[in-house]
Amino acid sequence: MTFVGPKENLKVVGTRPVRPDGVDKVTGRANFGADMTMPGMLWGKIKRSPYAHARIVSINYDKALALPGVKAVVTRADFPDVPPELAYIGEAPANLRDLSRNCMAKGKVLYEGHAVAAVAATSPAIAEEALDLIEVEYEVLPHVLDVEAAMAPDAPVLHEDVFTLGVDPKPTKPSNIAKRIQFVKGDIEKGFAEAEVIIARRYTTKPVHQAYIEPHACVVSVASDGQCTIWSSSQGQFMVRGYTARIVGADIASIRAIPAEIGGGFGGKTIVYLEPVAYMLSKKAGRPVKMVMSREEVFRATGPTSGAVVEVKLGAKRDGRLTAAQAVLKYQSGAFPGSPINQGCTCAFAMYDIPNAVVTGYDVLCNRPKVAAYRAPGAPIASFGVESCIDELARELGIDPLALREKNAAKDGTKAVHGPTWVNIGYVATLEAAKASEHLKSPLGPNQGRGIASGYWHNAGGESSAAVHVNEDGTVTVTGGHPDIGGSRASMAMMAAEVLGVPYERVRPIVGDTAAIGFSAVTGGSRVTFAGGMAVTRAAEKVVEDLKRRAAIMWDISPEAVEWRDGKAYPAGANAGSFEPLSLAQIAAKAARTGGPISAEVQLNAQGQGPGFATHICDVEVDKETGRVKILRYTAIQDVGRAIHPSYVEGQMQGGVTQGIGWALNEEYIYDQNGRLENPGFLDYRVPVASDMPMIDTVIVEVPNPRHPFGARGCGEVPIVPPMAAVANAICDALGVRLRDLPMSPPKVLAAIDAATPLAAAAE
Amino acid sequence: MSKHHVSTIINGEPVEFLCEPQQTLLDVLRDELNLTGSKEGCASGDCGACSVIVDGRLVCSCLMLGVEAEGRRITTIEGIADGDRLHPVQQKFLEHAALQCGFCTPGLIVAAKALLDENPNPTEEETRYWLAGNLCRCTGYDKVIRAVLDAAAVIRGEAAQ
Repeated sequence: MTFVGPKENLKVVGTRPVRPDGVDKVTGRANFGADMTMPGMLWGKIKRSPYAHARIVSINYDKALALPGVKAVVTRADFPDVPPELAYIGEAPANLRDLSRNCMAKGKVLYEGHAVAAVAATSPAIAEEALDLIEVEYEVLPHVLDVEAAMAPDAPVLHEDVFTLGVDPKPTKPSNIAKRIQFVKGDIEKGFAEAEVIIARRYTTKPVHQAYIEPHACVVSVASDGQCTIWSSSQGQFMVRGYTARIVGADIASIRAIPAEIGGGFGGKTIVYLEPVAYMLSKKAGRPVKMVMSREEVFRATGPTSGAVVEVKLGAKRDGRLTAAQAVLKYQSGAFPGSPINQGCTCAFAMYDIPNAVVTGYDVLCNRPKVAAYRAPGAPIASFGVESCIDELARELGIDPLALREKNAAKDGTKAVHGPTWVNIGYVATLEAAKASEHLKSPLGPNQGRGIASGYWHNAGGESSAAVHVNEDGTVTVTGGHPDIGGSRASMAMMAAEVLGVPYERVRPIVGDTAAIGFSAVTGGSRVTFAGGMAVTRAAEKVVEDLKRRAAIMWDISPEAVEWRDGKAYPAGANAGSFEPLSLAQIAAKAARTGGPISAEVQLNAQGQGPGFATHICDVEVDKETGRVKILRYTAIQDVGRAIHPSYVEGQMQGGVTQGIGWALNEEYIYDQNGRLENPGFLDYRVPVASDMPMIDTVIVEVPNPRHPFGARGCGEVPIVPPMAAVANAICDALGVRLRDLPMSPPKVLAAIDAATPLAAAAE
Repeated sequence: MSKHHVSTIINGEPVEFLCEPQQTLLDVLRDELNLTGSKEGCASGDCGACSVIVDGRLVCSCLMLGVEAEGRRITTIEGIADGDRLHPVQQKFLEHAALQCGFCTPGLIVAAKALLDENPNPTEEETRYWLAGNLCRCTGYDKVIRAVLDAAAVIRGEAAQ
């Protein structure tokens, strides 16, 4: 059944009700990861490497164990060896051996902050004191931080067993280049030969952290019979259960993972760091163990996303038609393979109809924390390069950048560089909305500039479960398997209410633990409203069928003679008989007499998520004295398919833009020459604050996705893709100076101004 | 290490507790008094998730020691609503969808209340600078600022609660 059609036919979907978990969250009642306590609970803390790369010679924890209050110490020796097997539980496939060794180092430490031991004690202060008593002897090794240095033939090698995948013949020497991938379309040489204008540019980005405000936290209780309860904050309770079970060597059924409220994740909580360590400590100590990371630990040992080099070459006719495009992407993966290089390569040219193109990507190891997914993983990095270069091409050709995009925009039927042929996409609709916007027509003042950039994210489907229970009084409980990271309880309840024909307020949505609902993949990839919503809708439809059957029993007519509308059963026409309509509550009250409880659970593997496209307009003002860039005005335009709860869709757009602006202007990991992070705190790693931002205007474009019952596409990730290029393009418009290295912080902007005006600089 | 005895007033109620000298007020609120609405995002005064009001002044409870609570009057997020009646800031956060994950929300609401106690008619810019000590990674602040300005209008009697 589909509800895609005129919006006027919808009563709940598309409205803006208060979220069901709202009051708990504005009054401090909501329980997040660190808010749980258990009787007899111990506090766990992790001893971390001070070196970027070193061999662990020995670990002696006798003194720590002797400290009164210390109940357990664990090291790598307590963990089983896990085979290097790929598991598809989180946002991206994870190598279980690497994940295990990221939780607790084996043999070598690969980055500053890598875990080497952990303690559980009766108070946080005692646990902290015990860490200092653990003696670790290291043999320090040469380290490598930056992507091109790590690719050099003489670079220190992180893993002796990593040989570059994707090259033929298989290399004989180990390398930090874990993988090379390539997408080819058409004939690139022919394409450049046909071009009348060719430009080639190099762009760089720095690693940035997801910077969720809630640090990782969990409480883990392992009983002597092996039964375990995990309470933790994550983007997926089933992910926590699955990874923890594999890393500690337990049966999945022995672990019940209860999702706490999650204080932001943005991809960074789609893997585990603490839970397996807390499991081992709890098992050894025989008591529940709570672990909470400090902000410094979050920066040093979790996330971030890749720093990268992005080389882009574009060829076009004088009229702006692209003839060829080439990109080389080099992404840091950190200590273990697995940067978002695949997504970077697929997203790089996805917005354009290009006859000849080659994208080549490298996944490169270096002595930094293993990167984790960050909102549209990989796409913003590639897009910063491509969308900056498109702007440079437009300037070179003297064509309006929006017109250049329109000329080359991907449409239904376009074959993308990475393979698929587009159907039902809304990219051109976002360009048209941009062209029609009042923002684009507004005047600019001195030192002000306007930039435009577009972005793409493929969105995700996948495995989801949902249950709809009709309660005795006719209220409804919806149980889902996805942590609610930004209002999804509201959208689930809205879709259920729409299908059942009951008021939104009569539906209570909850996030079930791993024993309460079927397997559900992570909250990630912009998949929950799509896949989770599909499961909820299908379950509600099954309930409607059951309600019709119950009414038929009560009326003693055939179920086919019953129709359901506005929350009531009606006889379907005069032939069905004459009966007063039966409300959901009336049917629920008689459930025992018509077959028992009324519930349905649906498990599915959702396909057809529908790609997301966005176009952003950014105005900046540059202070030429200080190099500070102020965002004056920002409009984000995005095809979301259908907005289930428009306020939370706007919120996703505004939040993504703001993170992108932080990435563009301020955020970066800064290391010293020994590979130690110098800015592991919010004072020196500067995320945008309220006074940095203007209001962010949003334009929701709705090109319905026919593969979703209500037409929804994912909406959470696309908005972080365009901002870096939009800001860079706006700065160039303001100054006539192109910045190609992120972040475009005041010193870099000043240096670029000085370099462009050598006489003025010399005169000072 | 002997513990200190502290007498204070929290959310209008007299409270006594024992704490270690190095424990912050945030540690005491969360770990000793079970008032877990105040959150720890950084423990260095940079994120504002632990904001409380002490004798009318907005402070980060992670930067204040538990023993310094002696004789003070403290308001935490748990004391912002009047029983089951939400404060206008809380109500407007709900109506404007000014929260996504909700983790920074307690601190933002406490900080916004402190602003409106002092100035019930702030400009957008004043509101942005007042809340610059409260990091929110989800919302981009747009709906947060709108909610606070709307709550100010309610407090001034110019808009409906």
